[in-house]
Amino acid sequence: MSAVSESVRDTPSIRLAALSSALAPWATGVAATLAWLAVAALTYFWQDNADSDWPYTDATAVAFAALGGLLAVGTVSASTLRLAQGVRRYAPWLLVLAVFFAAWEVVTAKVALLPMPFFPPPQAIFEVLVDDWVRLADSIIASLFLLGRGYIIGAAVGFAMGVGVGWSVRIGYWVHPILRFIGPLPATAWLPLAFFVFPSSASASTFLIALATGFPVTVLTWSGVASVRSDYYDIARTLGASARFLVLKVAIPAALPHVFVGLFMGLGNSFAVLVVAEMLGVKSGLGWYLQWAQGWAAYANMYAALLVTALICSSLITLLFKLRDHLLSWQKGLVKW
Amino acid sequence: MVAAIALKQQVLPAPNQAAGLALDVADVSHRFELEGKPLPVLDRVSFKVESGEFVALLGPSGCGKSTLLRLVAGLEPPSAGRLLVDGEEIAGPDPARVVVFQDPTLYPWRTVWKNASLGLEARGLLHARRERVDQALELVGLGAFANALPHQLSGGMAQRAALARALVNDPRLLILDEPLGKLDSLTRITMQGELVSLWQRSGFTALLVTHDVEEALFLASRVIVFSERPARIVAEVANNRPYPRHRGDPHLAELRGKVLSHLGLDANW
Repeated sequence: MSAVSESVRDTPSIRLAALSSALAPWATGVAATLAWLAVAALTYFWQDNADSDWPYTDATAVAFAALGGLLAVGTVSASTLRLAQGVRRYAPWLLVLAVFFAAWEVVTAKVALLPMPFFPPPQAIFEVLVDDWVRLADSIIASLFLLGRGYIIGAAVGFAMGVGVGWSVRIGYWVHPILRFIGPLPATAWLPLAFFVFPSSASASTFLIALATGFPVTVLTWSGVASVRSDYYDIARTLGASARFLVLKVAIPAALPHVFVGLFMGLGNSFAVLVVAEMLGVKSGLGWYLQWAQGWAAYANMYAALLVTALICSSLITLLFKLRDHLLSWQKGLVKW
Repeated sequence: MVAAIALKQQVLPAPNQAAGLALDVADVSHRFELEGKPLPVLDRVSFKVESGEFVALLGPSGCGKSTLLRLVAGLEPPSAGRLLVDGEEIAGPDPARVVVFQDPTLYPWRTVWKNASLGLEARGLLHARRERVDQALELVGLGAFANALPHQLSGGMAQRAALARALVNDPRLLILDEPLGKLDSLTRITMQGELVSLWQRSGFTALLVTHDVEEALFLASRVIVFSERPARIVAEVANNRPYPRHRGDPHLAELRGKVLSHLGLDANW
């Protein structure tokens, strides 16, 4: 009896599967580590193309090697450490990224297959991040302030309007037609007028970002408030709730899942308007930096700014989702960002 | 004498000070507008409920009993007729008349404790009467689940939480709209017993809508039988059996046959 089960358990394919599943986290970690060390070696030992001169080639190679070292530490350390968990989870992705960086390095700096200056190598972008970080940081701060002002105003006004339209028939009568007529118009269409009407380009941009944020927040808040189950109101009313209590403690919490969809859509809209406004009118910020870099044909700067912009937008969305997860922790089955 | 009364009030738990409300439903008719056409729901309904009585409204599904409860709760005014509690016309909802609906309808973003305390919070009494919330949750057996969220509760627990939410307000008329309708039969039997003992201890008036003949007879001292929509009163059956009642009581079986015959279902008895 036991001999039979033993032989079943011991077939070579099963043993192999068990072995590979036990090895998998290690194997991909080791592979990713080796791949990044290989990218570092490739960058360091393979001479750059003779026509070009990249001062940060060696430093970039060191950065690649450092990443490889970090992965090595994560691979061998105990799985309770956050670093180790991160390496285990993202090892396949890091492996693919290493291949991508190697290819990028080869076709640009090493054999110059892609035309310069449109396709700079990784070390050129590294150079921008190291040498021009002051201007980049200034741009980030300017963009965040402008975005923050516009987004907060737009979200607050949109939320208040949405609650008003969803709750009160009279407010709905006056606001609804305006919303239907003006809401679908892209905020960027106001751009020429806004820069002309407002005293400064900053206030004009704030207005446009607020507009772009406000529309989806208003509509989604409104639909959230309008779709609250009537039982929720009935029960609160029989328990002695005033109109104020019904709005603040029943309608708004019940509508919050919708409101967050609106806030999410509004944030996406606000990014678009921010970059366009900075490209066309405001003399600072990441949009301006992109435009400025393009004007000087400084493509490495442009890629660096794009990278930074992507990181910031993604982080802001993550922040919004964290806030949502915190406020809506009572919901089942939330989408993880 | 005065001392004796004071002593009695101390012995009784807090909710029992106010007597049950007396209800007078006088010639009430009601209709809805459905696609522009009037849909009569209640047809000249009249009955009285005395203070502290437990009355069941029995009738086929969808006959309009629940609408009558909405009128008693003050959520809607009747199309015709008058509804009076202790001689005063019902003008709107009042926490003295609390409804427990068929669906527990807890607020999913509030914990069980915060759901139960909603009525006190809405009236600004939460600080003064926090312990009432704890008492009510203990009473329905949810003391250990005060911090649970509604989606973590079973159907029976959710309905208990809804009951606690009503009891926290010390209702003088408890309006029960098939509150046990969606529960499994075992939970249902337990909660029927608990409802009776709760009613006996607290002295509120209870008005129960149900389409379950046995439930009506087990709980109520009087059963009012309604017709199909538009609801009209077909019969009133007094049920003087002492509490606590037993399901196997032959008198209840006899009454059951009587009530079913009023519903035109005696062929099934």
